[in-house]
Amino acid sequence: MDVSQYLEIFIDETKEHLQSLNEQILVLEREPENVDTINEIFRAAHSLKGMAGTMGYKRMQRLTHNMENVFSEIRNGKMKASAKLVDVLFKGLDALEQYLDVIINSGDEGTEDNEDIVKSLNDILNEGVGSTGEPAAPKAPAAPVAAAAAVQVSENGVKEIKLADHEKSAVAKAFSEKLNAYTLTVYIQESCILKAARAFLVFKALEELGTVIRSEPQVQEIEDEHFDFDFTVVLITESDAEAVKKRVENVFEIKNVCVEAISPETVEQTAAEESSAAPAAAQNAAAQKAGTAPAAAETAQPKTTSKPVVNRSVRVDIDKLDDLMNLVSELIIAKNGLVSINTADIEGLRESGFNEQIEYLERITTNLHQSVMKTRMVPIENVVSRFPRMIRDISKKLDKKMELYMSGEETELDRTVIDEIGDPLMHMLRNAADHGLESNQERIQAGKPEVGSIFLKAYQDGNNVVIEVRDDGKGIDVEKVKKKAVEKGTITAEQAAVMTEKEAIDLLFRPSFSTAEKISDLSGRGVGLDVVKSKIEALGGDVEAKTVLGAGTTFIVRLPLTLAIIQALMVELGNEKYAIPLGSIQTIEDVLLSDIKYVQTKEVIHLRGNVIPLIRLRSVLDVPEDDFSPESLTVVIVAKGDKLAGLVVDNLIGQQEIVIKSIGKYINDNKMIGGATILGDGEVALILDANAIV
Amino acid sequence: MVENVSREIKQYIVVKLGNEQYGIDIQYVENIVRMQRITRVPKAQDYFKGVINLRGEIVPVMSLRLKFELEPDEFTGKTRILILKLEQQSLVGVIVDEVKEVVNLDDDSVEKSSYDANDEKSQYLAGIGKHNDNLISLLNISEIIVEKEKEKEA
Repeated sequence: MDVSQYLEIFIDETKEHLQSLNEQILVLEREPENVDTINEIFRAAHSLKGMAGTMGYKRMQRLTHNMENVFSEIRNGKMKASAKLVDVLFKGLDALEQYLDVIINSGDEGTEDNEDIVKSLNDILNEGVGSTGEPAAPKAPAAPVAAAAAVQVSENGVKEIKLADHEKSAVAKAFSEKLNAYTLTVYIQESCILKAARAFLVFKALEELGTVIRSEPQVQEIEDEHFDFDFTVVLITESDAEAVKKRVENVFEIKNVCVEAISPETVEQTAAEESSAAPAAAQNAAAQKAGTAPAAAETAQPKTTSKPVVNRSVRVDIDKLDDLMNLVSELIIAKNGLVSINTADIEGLRESGFNEQIEYLERITTNLHQSVMKTRMVPIENVVSRFPRMIRDISKKLDKKMELYMSGEETELDRTVIDEIGDPLMHMLRNAADHGLESNQERIQAGKPEVGSIFLKAYQDGNNVVIEVRDDGKGIDVEKVKKKAVEKGTITAEQAAVMTEKEAIDLLFRPSFSTAEKISDLSGRGVGLDVVKSKIEALGGDVEAKTVLGAGTTFIVRLPLTLAIIQALMVELGNEKYAIPLGSIQTIEDVLLSDIKYVQTKEVIHLRGNVIPLIRLRSVLDVPEDDFSPESLTVVIVAKGDKLAGLVVDNLIGQQEIVIKSIGKYINDNKMIGGATILGDGEVALILDANAIV
Repeated sequence: MVENVSREIKQYIVVKLGNEQYGIDIQYVENIVRMQRITRVPKAQDYFKGVINLRGEIVPVMSLRLKFELEPDEFTGKTRILILKLEQQSLVGVIVDEVKEVVNLDDDSVEKSSYDANDEKSQYLAGIGKHNDNLISLLNISEIIVEKEKEKEA
């Protein structure tokens, strides 16, 4: 069976499961008795094992299997989650992540067996179980779940299905009405391409004969092709087994059909069994999905996929897609409206109808834009959810007690930003944990709680998303930073003396600058904050730091909500049009020529207590001169951080939503031009990067 | 000539700049469009006339005349922009006076140009093609367009 087409799904889902395992084991460490957590862990581990098996990744499957054994013992209450065990489990998860990385890169799981992890898992297992007097636990997998999970295949090829109570009563009722009940397992030919379609035909045939009361996997999943080459259904019908079998075999591309009658006894018997294994029933629904996977694992051949091309994908909520679909249909309606107006006879009608349609169209495109952007938005949770685990590891490594508090994980950001923001955030958190927080003794001496706190807070602020990383540590010693900078020759002693606190903190973002006296594993090599800064700036955002000596430091990252579309002010220079991003504009002023003052032969204006330098965009951008000499200037005041500048333009056109496009790589990229956009009339306008001009 | 399969035959688009004919390897040519409004890009190389909107894509456009240090372009009804694609997702346009025809040239009718390291402009030529008594200067497109990097280093 060629599984390469599922590789992408596998990778996605494995990531999800690993993430959830990481989270849940963290919880388990804190609350070893939490039953929900243990169940959740077990489910994730189990699905992971099944998926790895289906894909033919034997080593991965083996490791997960061993971990699962441990989980199942914990779940059965036969052993406790000790600190040692949690450490080993985390090691196991790391190993699984490595497998996944190798798979992403090569399509194969590699050759690392991780024998030591498997061994320590088994040691712990034997130890833990041995102490409670249970012999050879690994060979006795958790009974209730294993039964639900590992689907038993009876001799004639029918997969056993556990019936829920209402289904049993339906079967019992059928018997009382002298109808027959069968369990059928249908095997589709492995060469079949449209297996969902074949399955549909089978269902159709069966529904003509009787009623399908249960299917495994569920009908919806079968329709979505989420099944291997077989599925099992429970059918209630008047016909006999032979007729049913014939009927199904008539469907094209069916390899085999196995029919088994359900006897009244089995219904009663399984009912009894079920009630004795009560917890299993509750989990049945969840286990169903996982259930088919291990069965398939046995048949799946390990197949080395030559070159997997893993595309970057976004999972999109089906509702969002429905919205899109609706909007597209409206778009078509609007188009048809325009067509019919064009053929309308009466001139006046044509005119008014046309405007109406344009308005309609505008409404649709605005909504369409929003919807498309929404499909690209991913909650920040995807990146930050791995941080608690990381902080735990750092905490152990540095032997510093600390706790990470996160809020606003649901804040959404563009997928491209999400992909890039992980590393910088991780870096800042490490900084906070390593340099920011004092050691436990120091904290006690300073009268602070022993356990240090790190806060990660994300929220939306207008067109920006703000992420704050705050610690309640010792803060940045500004004098120390200055001293260091002078030592390194970054600034002179005189400069240091007049430097404001903010400027001094900004020194931290200079390349190769680290105040940590001791270089540790984690940070302090001086390749830190400047990389963070450049990465965030590449995303169109900025980062700043605030600190209170003795009370902690806050790093504030500000990111644009989306990259591709911005609000801009369109301005005119001569007969050229330029766009200035609205985000950097403070105000727009009319300045009389007589109000222009000169400081060191440079033009400045005095505005509400600020002296603002004027920049003549015409000369900066080499716009051809013409005899344009107005009495007053239109000045767009832009800000870069705290710095203001006034851009002199000829005319304002208005505010507009623009799509940012690159101007290509062959043309010399000069910093002032941030890209280009296409205006309504098809003309190209350049986007000015105010930051580069100021 | 066309029937001769044993020899390598390449197709060239023949364009005119002034009185001279130049050939551009057809595999690079994505499209030929009429002259349209070009938006000037400040501080760009002087032979780049600016950028155009090609069906929603922004494409930088250079003037071959300025690049070859000829007289500046005079836009006429015959002026065309050849849209070239050297790499994935990066188009570039070149302005030519006129697009004449497509010719097939085999190896025999192409004379490799002598390479003179001192003469920058000789690097722009890949060879001279002979076609029905006409001489066509075959352009080394990647040399002409990607030259930017070298200038930057210098």
